[in-house]
Amino acid sequence: MNFLVGHYNYEVVILLMMVGFYILISRGNLVKKLLGLSLFQTSVFIMYISLGKVAGGTAPILMGGHGGDDHAAEDAGGHAVGGADQAAEVLGNAAAEVAQAAGQTAEAAGHASGAGEVLYSNPLPHVLILTAIVVGIATTAVGLSLVIRIKESYGTIEEDEIHDMDESL
Amino acid sequence: MDDKVILRVGAKLLIPFILVFALYVQFHGDYGPGGGFQAGVIFAAAFILYALVYGLGNTLRVLPPWIPYLCSALGVLIFAGVGLLTMGLGAEFLNYDVLAHDPEHGQHYGILLVEFGVLVTVFGVMVATFYAFAGRGRIDS
Amino acid sequence: MDFVVDATLLAILAVTAITILRVRNLFAAVMLAGIYSLVSAALFTTLDAVDVAFTEAAVGAGISTVLFLGTLALVGKEEQRPTHRPLLPLAVVLITGAALVYGTLDLPDFGDPQAPAHQHMAPEFIEGSEEDIGIPNVVTSVLASYRGYDTMGETTVVFTALVAVLLLLARGRRPIRVWDEERGWISVWSDRDPDPDERTPGGTTSRGGDDDADPDREAPHG
Repeated sequence: MNFLVGHYNYEVVILLMMVGFYILISRGNLVKKLLGLSLFQTSVFIMYISLGKVAGGTAPILMGGHGGDDHAAEDAGGHAVGGADQAAEVLGNAAAEVAQAAGQTAEAAGHASGAGEVLYSNPLPHVLILTAIVVGIATTAVGLSLVIRIKESYGTIEEDEIHDMDESL
Repeated sequence: MDDKVILRVGAKLLIPFILVFALYVQFHGDYGPGGGFQAGVIFAAAFILYALVYGLGNTLRVLPPWIPYLCSALGVLIFAGVGLLTMGLGAEFLNYDVLAHDPEHGQHYGILLVEFGVLVTVFGVMVATFYAFAGRGRIDS
Repeated sequence: MDFVVDATLLAILAVTAITILRVRNLFAAVMLAGIYSLVSAALFTTLDAVDVAFTEAAVGAGISTVLFLGTLALVGKEEQRPTHRPLLPLAVVLITGAALVYGTLDLPDFGDPQAPAHQHMAPEFIEGSEEDIGIPNVVTSVLASYRGYDTMGETTVVFTALVAVLLLLARGRRPIRVWDEERGWISVWSDRDPDPDERTPGGTTSRGGDDDADPDREAPHG
C-alpha cells in the first residue's frame, strides 16, 4: 500500500505515455500521430516534475523577497531595542529586560526563517522541462508544416494512401 | 447590428490588457513565476486574437510580416550579444558579474537583458508561424 | 488531501488521453488535447512547478491548439477508420510499458526529500540564487544565469524552427485565397507575400472576417 501511494504518480504517467505512444504508432492519420506525440511529450514532462517534487515543499520562489526578510528582522529587532530603552526610562529595569529579550527573540526568529527553514521543491527539473516545452512546440510547428505540404502534394494525409501512391510510382 | 459585435468589442477591450500582462510577466519573472518564454507567448497571443477576430488582412496591416521575422533574429542576437559583451569586458562568455559595478547588480542586468532577448524571439517566432499557417489557401483535390 | 487532488487530476488526464485515441473527428481530438494541456498545467501547479504550469498553459493550450486548428483548416478534419489490426502496436506498447514500470520500481518514493536528485546541485542553486544573484525566483536564476548557455541554445532552436516553417510554408509558390467576382473565394497559386490590400479572407475594411461574404457587400445597418 505504501508502495502504491509512493509510486502511483509514476505508474499512471507511464500509462499516459503509452497511450500517446500507441496513438503515434497505430493511427494512420498524420495529424493524429502528431497529437499522440504531443500527448507523449506532456506525459514525460509530468514524470520529470513528479521526480522533482519534495513532500512538504513549496514552489522554488524564495520567501521573504529580495533579502527583505533579514532587513525586516533587523528592523523589528532595532525597534524592539529602541522601545526597550524608552521602557527602561518609564517602567524600570525588569520591564526593560523583558523588552530587550523580546527584541532578541524577534531577531533570532527572523534569521531562522531567512536561513532556509522553508523546504523548496527541486528547481532543476523545472528548468529542464521549461526548455523541453518550448522545443516541443517548435518541433510540433515544423511537423504540422510538413503535414500541410504533404497534403498539397499527395492530396491526402492518411499514411496508407501515401504509401500506396509512393509504391505505385 | 453586425453579428460579430460581441467578439469585436470584447477583443478590443481585452487586447491592451493582454499586452500589458505580457510585459508584467516578463519583468516580474524575477519575483514570481514568469520570464521570457511565457511573456513572449502571451504577447503573441494578443496579436493572434486580433487576427482571429478582425481578419488576417487587418493584422498584416498592423504588424507587417517583416517585423516578426526581424524580431526572431534580433532576440537571438541580443542573447549572444550579451555574451560577447561580457567577453569584451574581460570575463567569460555569459558571465554577468562584470556588467555593473558589483556582481549582484551585474547579474540583475544580465538576466533582464537575456530574458528580453528571449521575449523578442519567442514573440517573433509565434506570430510568424501563425502568419505562415493562416496565410495559406486550401487546395481541395 | 494532496494525494486525492493528484489522483483526481491524473485520472482526468487518463480519461482524456483514451478519448483522444478513440475519437475520429480531429477537431474534437484537438480540443481534447487543449484540455489535456490545461489539466496537466493544473497538475504541475499542485506539484509546485508554477513556472512550468504557466508555460504549459500558454504554449500547450494556447499556441499548440491554434496551430493544430490552422492545420485542420487546410487538411480536413475526419480521420479514416483504422484498417490494420492493432496487434503489433499493442504488443510494442505493452512491452515498452512493462519495461518502463520495471524501471520505476527502484525510483525513490514520490516526494521523498532524501532522494539523490535533491542532494547535489539543487541546494547550491537555491542558496546561490539568494546570495550571488539576489533574485527570489530560483527557476529564472538557473535558467538565465547558471544555465544561461542552454537557454541560448534553446532560443536558437526556436529560431531554427521558424526558419524551417518559413522555408516550408511562406516562401515560393503556394496557394492563397483570393476573391473572384464570379466564383467567390478561390484558391490560386501565387508566390507573392500575402498582401493586406488584396481581397483575401479578412476583408479590406475593418468589418471583420467573414469568409463567405462578398467583400463589396454593404454592412447591414440596425
